[in-house]
Amino acid sequence: MADATLQHDVVGHGVAGEYEAPLFGAYSKKVGMWLFLASDSLTFGALLVAFSYNRISNPAWPTPFAVQSITNATIMTACLLSSSLTMVLGVFAAQRHDRAWTRNWLLATMIFGTAFIVLHGMEWSHLIDEGMTPFSNPWAPTVPQFGGTFFTLTGMHMLHVTIGVIYLGVIAFRKWFLPALAAIWIAGYFLIPANNVFHYGIHALGLGLIVAAVILFLKPKDYDAHDVEVAGLYWHFVDLVWMFIFPLVYLMSTKIV
Amino acid sequence: MHDAATHDDSKGQYFWVWGALLVLTAVEVWLGYKQVFEPKLMLEVLLALSVVKSALIIGYFMHLKFESALMRWMIVLSVLACFIIMYFFFFPDAGRILRLGVK
Repeated sequence: MADATLQHDVVGHGVAGEYEAPLFGAYSKKVGMWLFLASDSLTFGALLVAFSYNRISNPAWPTPFAVQSITNATIMTACLLSSSLTMVLGVFAAQRHDRAWTRNWLLATMIFGTAFIVLHGMEWSHLIDEGMTPFSNPWAPTVPQFGGTFFTLTGMHMLHVTIGVIYLGVIAFRKWFLPALAAIWIAGYFLIPANNVFHYGIHALGLGLIVAAVILFLKPKDYDAHDVEVAGLYWHFVDLVWMFIFPLVYLMSTKIV
Repeated sequence: MHDAATHDDSKGQYFWVWGALLVLTAVEVWLGYKQVFEPKLMLEVLLALSVVKSALIIGYFMHLKFESALMRWMIVLSVLACFIIMYFFFFPDAGRILRLGVK
């Protein structure tokens, strides 16, 4: 699709020799997103290395993930993988200018993403209830790094998924997404008990709401197939990162009874 | 170079990729839960499977397989180089702590 558009640009320009083909054979938005993802992969790479460094150098590393956690994390993985498929279908729909199905597939992607966040939030709450904090854990008192590295790594990923869902919401529904986001934010704040970390964590949606509103009102536009494709790149990247977090954090720390 | 028509014809391949990713995940969970290998080999096997999965995601879902050769090589090589540097900086040190027996 991108290449076809670029070739049309060549034809449309008319003046021979004046058009210079893009170096990477893709439109600049896409190259920009790839550059961002390359830098973001280094952020996650550093966090994964930090986690693994601590894991290797501490033989007493706790293995608290019993069958319930592993099942939960497997369902979360399936959610993310399926969301990547619906995202691809959304990009196809956008490329054939089918607005209704673009919206539907993006909504399906957002639902899978939200399911991931909710399941992960439940997992976090469960671990916190058992006494795990960023500075200590009940399973291995000599390895306080477990909490810090676990919450930093998975928290950073959860933040990326949340940003991804908001990003897709903006692309799919534009300014009509803002009231829905505000409603989820306020409902979440009142429905989540005050002793749960997500009672305050849900304010991330408030920040997302402000950023999305600024973008939508300062630069209102009708998002096209290229925008959907670029949003898809970001979404698949979030999926990709989880493919490393899941085995390293969960499967290498299973508790066999 | 690839055009839109070829993409639409091959939509089925994305379902295959999705299925393969789910199967690989199931294999990982089975290996992890049954503790088939001892930890070091397990880590290597799980990471190898993860690299296969990420290659499928990057190549097909993120479409890198169908981008220009220059973009493919620039992105893959630069990110890989950074990871290799990180690996050589940190992991020999992590192992050294173990060998020295620091508690």
